[in-house]
Amino acid sequence: MIHTKWRHKDLLDTDDLAPDEVTLLLDTAREFQEINTRPVKKVPTLRGKGVVLFFAENSTRTKTSFDVAGKRLSADTFALSKSGSSIAKGESLKDTALTLQAMAPDIIVIRHSSSGAARFLADRLSCSVVNAGDGWHAHPTQALLDAYTLREYWQGDMGGKSLLIVGDITHSRVARSNIHLLNLLGLSVRVHGPRTLLPLDIHNWPVAVYSNLDEAVAGVDAVMCLRLQLERQQAGLLPDLAEYATFFCVTKRHMAMAAPGAPLLHPGPINRGLEIASDLADAPESRILDQVTAGVALRMAVLFTLGMRNEP
Amino acid sequence: MPDPHPPFCPPPLIIREALLCPPGGEIKPCDIFLREGIIAAVGPARSIDVPSEIQTLSATGLYLFPSFIDAHVHLREPGHEYKEDIASGLGAAAHGGFGTVLAMANTKPCNDAASVTRFMRERAELSWPHGPRLLPVGALTVGLAGTTLSPMGELARAGCVAFSNDGVPVANTEIFRRGMEYAAQWGKIVIDHCEDPFLTMDAHMNEGNMSGRLGVKGHPSVAEALHVARDILLAEYLDLPVHLAHISCRQSVELLWFARRKGIKVTAETCPHYLFLDETALDGYNANAKINPPLRSAEDVTALRKALANGLFDMLATDHAPHAAHEKEDTLDAAPSGVIGLETAVPLTFALVRDKEISLSAFLELWHYGPARVFHLPCVNFSPGDSADIFLFDPDQEWTVSRETLRSKSLNTPFLNSVMRGRVVAHWLGGHRVV
Repeated sequence: MIHTKWRHKDLLDTDDLAPDEVTLLLDTAREFQEINTRPVKKVPTLRGKGVVLFFAENSTRTKTSFDVAGKRLSADTFALSKSGSSIAKGESLKDTALTLQAMAPDIIVIRHSSSGAARFLADRLSCSVVNAGDGWHAHPTQALLDAYTLREYWQGDMGGKSLLIVGDITHSRVARSNIHLLNLLGLSVRVHGPRTLLPLDIHNWPVAVYSNLDEAVAGVDAVMCLRLQLERQQAGLLPDLAEYATFFCVTKRHMAMAAPGAPLLHPGPINRGLEIASDLADAPESRILDQVTAGVALRMAVLFTLGMRNEP
Repeated sequence: MPDPHPPFCPPPLIIREALLCPPGGEIKPCDIFLREGIIAAVGPARSIDVPSEIQTLSATGLYLFPSFIDAHVHLREPGHEYKEDIASGLGAAAHGGFGTVLAMANTKPCNDAASVTRFMRERAELSWPHGPRLLPVGALTVGLAGTTLSPMGELARAGCVAFSNDGVPVANTEIFRRGMEYAAQWGKIVIDHCEDPFLTMDAHMNEGNMSGRLGVKGHPSVAEALHVARDILLAEYLDLPVHLAHISCRQSVELLWFARRKGIKVTAETCPHYLFLDETALDGYNANAKINPPLRSAEDVTALRKALANGLFDMLATDHAPHAAHEKEDTLDAAPSGVIGLETAVPLTFALVRDKEISLSAFLELWHYGPARVFHLPCVNFSPGDSADIFLFDPDQEWTVSRETLRSKSLNTPFLNSVMRGRVVAHWLGGHRVV
């Protein structure tokens, strides 16, 4: 497959993607990763293309990652945040979308607190829309960079491997997008978390649910910790954070029970001592910074693929 | 000599060969003679002789139904006239086959004062002098806040036919109990929107497979069933009637069968959308399918259809809840709950008769005799002297749900752009033709 045959206008979730499309994105990211190691980290590929970064929910990491990715491809990136913008003045998402469209961008990257917001934009706009996280629903570039990190770590050998996701599944767009994608790539996915933070219909998801962290981690090929949002405790879903850390914090002891050399992933930002032990975060099995590096290359691949899809 | 037909008295009319199903009778082609606003005579086809100058309408192949009663609508006036007003809402009712609607109290200001009740009735009488009739449902509590009982005596005297906190469930069971008792003082029944509000905070759709996939906070069906159980137990304990609005799930059905077997004075309605749609209608974050209570699982739909066929429900109701297009064109969490239903309800549910899931007499029970009994309203038995509140229904006419075909101001229906089979082709109220 080549990029000019890319069939999707948008990237809204990983469940839209076929296996060969995932492979193309990851292979493309690998080529861009090489650019990121050069002294001059810039190519003219998307010169003259406009990329709007529309972040209606607070974000530093993802927004910066997309911004860097766009700039390294020579695209013009424009940031629009919620505070101080027309959204804060009560403009509807439809009108914000139409206003953005009128500025004729090639790609809009959207982060929004409402599930379905990226699709809402994509259904109404002719430009490409990239979902940088919508509510609890999806975060496809995070899942793709996680897959990229694992593929690099395992030197391309993904099939038949297992991965455990630990934490708040219900409210996690990272978990949803990863579960789709990792299953697509032939991994088996385990999940573990407090019952109050698992969706009621989890038994219908393509995952194995474990009720005990020691059992969940035994022999697993990779572990992914999710960030615990502190408001879950305030919403009455957890007794207190200390109890959460006692039973759901991933430690070096747990990693010792996983398969030898199993990597640890975390979408960040981390809560040291809450969902991940502080010494584990700094240990060699932690690939958290690899994920951040992969994020730029992967987002370059996404912007490139969508930006070039209509080129002759 | 006085004019035998003054302007306020509709001219006589003979309808020939309409398919008519009187209560307890069988369906057969009949003639029906309307004069001075009442049904003057009913007889087998071609059996009624009238002078040749009387207007004749041939209704071969059309059903003649008593004007239906919708026990649950939101007409949005006063306060939200941009969504619907009483004139447009009653227009939708007339064209949908409804001659009587019970209008819920969640207007702005809400209907917790006799002045609001009188205003609603006046608006109805001015805009549709011959009907459809608007029967106001008074607020159960002041401001629908769930803390202080509304002045139900004054509201009843002004014309409220029932009391409800619809849309804002009463979490405090003590207040709800006292509301049932105090409504009974005035001979009125309480209509409850069954929902435990703690279980549904910030929920936007049914909790289940679809909410899990879409990443949307779910409204568990047990939130409804808990209050259904509460109300059944209160009705038994107090020996008072209660009517349960828009039942949507299997657990509620099972509880209602328990109440029925025990002879508890609980009546209940469900709505067409719960019989024909499930939570998968929300796929793609379709805000036009966002309702409260939400569209449930396929299993719940099956349970409701079976209960309907077995006679559990006393009536059907539309829960007609208009919202402006710009309100619904938003993300699912930002869009308001509600769908319109007055104009699609009869064609949708007539399919159950066509498919022999329910009998024609059950269909008439659900849309006319049932609500008339529960709310003590007059009904049409097709006996001479009955008010000429009737409509003709063409069971095979096909039409597309669209801005061009709907009378409602709003278009928020999951059936938008779908083809309906069956349509109201004429409607008389007190003998006056309104459609």
